[in-house]
Amino acid sequence: MRRSNLYIIAFSAIMTIVLGGLLSITAVGLKPMQQKAIRLDTRKQILGAVMQLTGKEDVLTLYDLRTKSLVVTATGEVVKTDKDGNPLVAEEVNVGKEYKKPVEERLLPVFQFMSESDPNQIEAYILPVYGNGLWNKIWGFVALETDLNTIKGFSMDHKAETPGLGARITSKDIQNRYVGKKLFDDQGNLVSVEMLKGERGDPSLFNEHQVDGMSGATLTAKGVNKMLKNYMDYYRPFFKRISSGEELTSIQ
Amino acid sequence: MSTDTIEKPVVKKAEPLLSKRRKKFVTDPLNDDNPITIQVLGICSALAVTVKLEPTFVMSCSVVAVIVMSNLIISSIRDIIPNRVRIIVQLAIIASLVVLVDQVLKAYFYDVSKLLSVFVGLIITNCIIMGRLEAFAMANKPYDSILDGFGSGFGYAWIILTVAFFRELFGSGSVFNFKVFEAIGLANFPTNGLMASPIGAFMILGLIIWIQRTKNGYVEH
Repeated sequence: MRRSNLYIIAFSAIMTIVLGGLLSITAVGLKPMQQKAIRLDTRKQILGAVMQLTGKEDVLTLYDLRTKSLVVTATGEVVKTDKDGNPLVAEEVNVGKEYKKPVEERLLPVFQFMSESDPNQIEAYILPVYGNGLWNKIWGFVALETDLNTIKGFSMDHKAETPGLGARITSKDIQNRYVGKKLFDDQGNLVSVEMLKGERGDPSLFNEHQVDGMSGATLTAKGVNKMLKNYMDYYRPFFKRISSGEELTSIQ
Repeated sequence: MSTDTIEKPVVKKAEPLLSKRRKKFVTDPLNDDNPITIQVLGICSALAVTVKLEPTFVMSCSVVAVIVMSNLIISSIRDIIPNRVRIIVQLAIIASLVVLVDQVLKAYFYDVSKLLSVFVGLIITNCIIMGRLEAFAMANKPYDSILDGFGSGFGYAWIILTVAFFRELFGSGSVFNFKVFEAIGLANFPTNGLMASPIGAFMILGLIIWIQRTKNGYVEH
């Protein structure tokens, strides 16, 4: 049956309104749940750098109990408010968006993992890192011991690295290779930790600034190396202030 | 292309809810008319999401939900859809349903939705769904269309679940993230990197098609 143009236009218009309305209602209705899910996921990733989560614990409570967060700049100053004067929450700083800004303007979150027995005693610093892998973005959280040199843990995730090759950065046995490695040499220069090319399998072959590579994923490893070194460099002024015992000045 | 490819049966008395004719809507796509292995549709997602069983399972459920719902909706309004814009109407309805599913996954199954990422959105372009709307729902009653949706959906689901089972078993040594080989005392069982890459899916899919066609005697015309 052939129908008039008017009918077709009216049909399309009504359909658009109905479907559009339906989608907006769902999007608005599900937003709180989605934000909760994202919040939970960020906290899981942060905690994942310092502890092995079994999936059974109450992540949100654990997180609130054990971490204190702040935001710093690449010059090491603490930032309390954003451009519009609203209080800044470290967990809500989008590291991926900050990555696109020039380094001087970036906001760098710092998550302090507190001791279980003494809530004022810092046990580890957890720092987000972000960069490019082979195909797309990679990111992670580095946990440092209180000497701000030794790596306590490293959790990584990726958007589109090759499954079975570069995507192995999400596996615990790759991430655990970083535990105990050092970022700085004896003179205090940033050497970072480099993932080498090839996979040899024997941890004793590597010094404290090297880890075993991933076979078939040299380019992802290069991305990880660059990401780690860059971000540790950005946080360096902050490290210096902490280790010299200087009061952290805050800018607005 | 006409929409009356499937003849509208003239129903005289009330047909039983699951008559022989209707049963065929569900059972045919499972084997003889399988969307993946016989019609060779939906291969893209069959390769992409089958590394592990868990995301594959969620993907299957999403596809079944979308195909059944869109079949129902299109079939209910088939008489008022203007023929000239029917493809756009079908697409708009599929797209809306897929966005709905995506939003629900993001809210309640965030971990899985992160794994599936773009492939949930790509259900929109899954030819199986549009194929069923165009070939079946446009010309049949809502209830029959629902059955047809379930048939095609399950036909898609069991194939990708089978592929995912073998890929996860040999690629990661686990089933639903449960480490099988460790559990039976073969902790050193080597995992096969090929299975973790899409090529592994191609090979398993090829084997399934081979076995199925040998059994059915189906020949490409």
